[in-house]
Amino acid sequence: MVSYMKPAPITKKYFTPGVFVLMLIALNGIAFLLGRLFFGIGAVTHLNNQYPWGIWIGVDVAAGVALAAGGFTTAALGHVMHRSHYHDIVRPALLTALLGYTFVALSVSIDIGRWYYIWHPMIMWNGSSALFEVGICVMIYLTVLYIEFLPIVTERFINHVNLKGIFSFLNKPIERLLMLLDKGLSKVMFVFIIAGVVLSTLHQSSLGTLMVIAGPKMHPLWQTPILPLLFLLSAISVGFPMVIFESMIAARSFGLKPEMEILSRLGSIVPPILGIYLAFKLGDMFIRETFVYLTSFNTQSVMFTIEVLFGVIIPLRMFLSKAVLKSPLWLFIASCLVIFGVLLNRINNFVTAYTPPYSFSSYFPSFGEISVTVGFIALLVLLYRLIVFNFPVISVIDRHYTPRTKYAIRGSEQ
Amino acid sequence: MEKQSRREFFKTTAIVGSAIAGLSSNSTKAAPKNILSEDRMGVLVDTTACIGCRSCEWACKTAHGIETQSLEKYSDRTVFKNMRRPDVNALTVVNEYANHQNAQLPTDVKIQCMHCDHPACVSACIVGAFSKQENGSVIWDTKKCIGCRYCMVACPFQVPSFEYNKAINPEIKKCDFCFERTKVGKLPACVEICPVEALTYGPRNDLIKIARERIKRNPDKYFDYIYGEYEVGGTSWMYIGNQDLRNVAFPKLGDKPAPGVSEAIQHGIFAYFVPPVSLYALLGGIMWITKNRKNSEEE
Ligand code: SF4
Ligand code: SF4
Ligand code: SF4
Repeated sequence: MVSYMKPAPITKKYFTPGVFVLMLIALNGIAFLLGRLFFGIGAVTHLNNQYPWGIWIGVDVAAGVALAAGGFTTAALGHVMHRSHYHDIVRPALLTALLGYTFVALSVSIDIGRWYYIWHPMIMWNGSSALFEVGICVMIYLTVLYIEFLPIVTERFINHVNLKGIFSFLNKPIERLLMLLDKGLSKVMFVFIIAGVVLSTLHQSSLGTLMVIAGPKMHPLWQTPILPLLFLLSAISVGFPMVIFESMIAARSFGLKPEMEILSRLGSIVPPILGIYLAFKLGDMFIRETFVYLTSFNTQSVMFTIEVLFGVIIPLRMFLSKAVLKSPLWLFIASCLVIFGVLLNRINNFVTAYTPPYSFSSYFPSFGEISVTVGFIALLVLLYRLIVFNFPVISVIDRHYTPRTKYAIRGSEQ
Repeated sequence: MEKQSRREFFKTTAIVGSAIAGLSSNSTKAAPKNILSEDRMGVLVDTTACIGCRSCEWACKTAHGIETQSLEKYSDRTVFKNMRRPDVNALTVVNEYANHQNAQLPTDVKIQCMHCDHPACVSACIVGAFSKQENGSVIWDTKKCIGCRYCMVACPFQVPSFEYNKAINPEIKKCDFCFERTKVGKLPACVEICPVEALTYGPRNDLIKIARERIKRNPDKYFDYIYGEYEVGGTSWMYIGNQDLRNVAFPKLGDKPAPGVSEAIQHGIFAYFVPPVSLYALLGGIMWITKNRKNSEEE
């Protein structure tokens, strides 16, 4: 156990040149977002009656949900299976999931034509709609994520409530309230943790059911009744690579040493899951004999090949190698490939595969659409940074613990 | 996690489980109106009779308050050079297709919502804004719609269109089978105006008989196929013509209802919430066992 590590707010400078670049990207996205709000979806996107869904659904929503899967996979590993040596990564993964889903919800609201009716599904139910199920599950799961995050907030403020001036009389009661909340939460938290895992498996798979109803409008390389299973498996398999990816980026930008011990262990869990996913993907292809479509050269066949080769087969081989698991650089590259594979898979399912019988031109996202998508990602990173600077999320060296030289961490505390 | 007695753990798990199960009994009832009446109405489109005058386009716009040119201007046949699709300003359009058997007799096909017997749009809509009415019409409810456009993704005939250029209250537009007119006993506007009776309005079952009869009486004139009789489980609007319409105006579709597979999956995953609840119980069990093991290891 690496008990000398303890989650704590990062103490560094928030503003760096990189942060300013991100802010510019975010502002550009917000500008187009305002355009959409004031002039309608048609003003900023290339969507039309032939292509009703574009990258706001394919990337922001579908890929966003998949890439936030690290939250429920680590929760399952750390809390449900009680593998405590993973505890250091549960919080960062939780935060990513929380922000990820928040932005998924935001993206959905701007993609739908009547954003002010986003609450309609709560009271107007259609049990046969896959989208309804995704919507409801995501709403509940988002709430669960916020509840799971609460202990981090109480931990931050217990013993630190310090209101000044006329509000100072509130310090004691707030403190007591936080204590009470903290105690109550830790008693029932397991309910939410399990619920979070169940809700995730549900909507991760229903996201796959979404396109099933499009039937022949979807290219046969992707259209299959086992789409929900493929979506679930790929979401689970991208969970840990995503955690590895974030931990390494965070370690780098906060000047910490990547926790290779945990990350390699995580990496070693990837191959079986990725392998099962690949088996189903290829098995499905052979059963439905869709490989014939690969012999013709077009956007669909090329995208499918890239997705499976670079997004699944190559990283699978990499994760199987001991040398890759031990090397931070190669582990990072392998994780990036899995992430790329799932991202591309979602884009393919929702955009590339969608080939309506009557169309006047094919769909390619507009500059505005890309700006909003990229802007949201920048905003997400900025928020992440802001939160880890103020809340105990990332594990750093515990000040009250004498570190062994073996684990000395380069420049973590100044 | 705090220490917790085994009883307490199971109690809480059980309460949550039954709460979810309680939800399920409601949600199985929560479905939009989707009636398949024996006497549902339909329209038989005899494309061999259609002269491509496009009066129906004009009548439809007029009946739905869409701005339009005067009826005379519709005789302009140059519009047939391009394929057109129904959109927010035209709930129905007529396209002309070459006829390779007889170049003198091109095939004019009026296109609008097919009013499916098992509509994908009704099954897909997240809030149940679409419904299939007793008289066969598939209609849309502006009070519910959130503008997600999933209906457009789902429709196998690629019919619903969306007002992309409206910032506030954009609508989904499609042929509503003139629901407001038929309710008060009037004919659909397009059927009423058609000068050559290419459109026949009547009970769907009778229309199939009429279509069979016409094909039988004139086997040289017709290609022996009723488009819409079985497509995606049958549609209220059906077509006959001088050539196989699946090659020109319509997609080749199977006879299985479009929502079939996705509804089967959906109901499989959610069969009375048994799968989610069992998963919940299973995870709870694992959590409890691993926690006990950890505790005993630490002692
Ligand atoms: S044609 Fe499309 S819009 Fe019309 S009823 Fe069928 S699925 Fe719905
Ligand atoms: S756009 Fe409106 S009618 Fe269509 S599926 Fe969404 S909520 Fe339903
Ligand atoms: S039935 Fe009514 S709405 Fe539909 S095409 Fe005819 S006139 Fe238009």
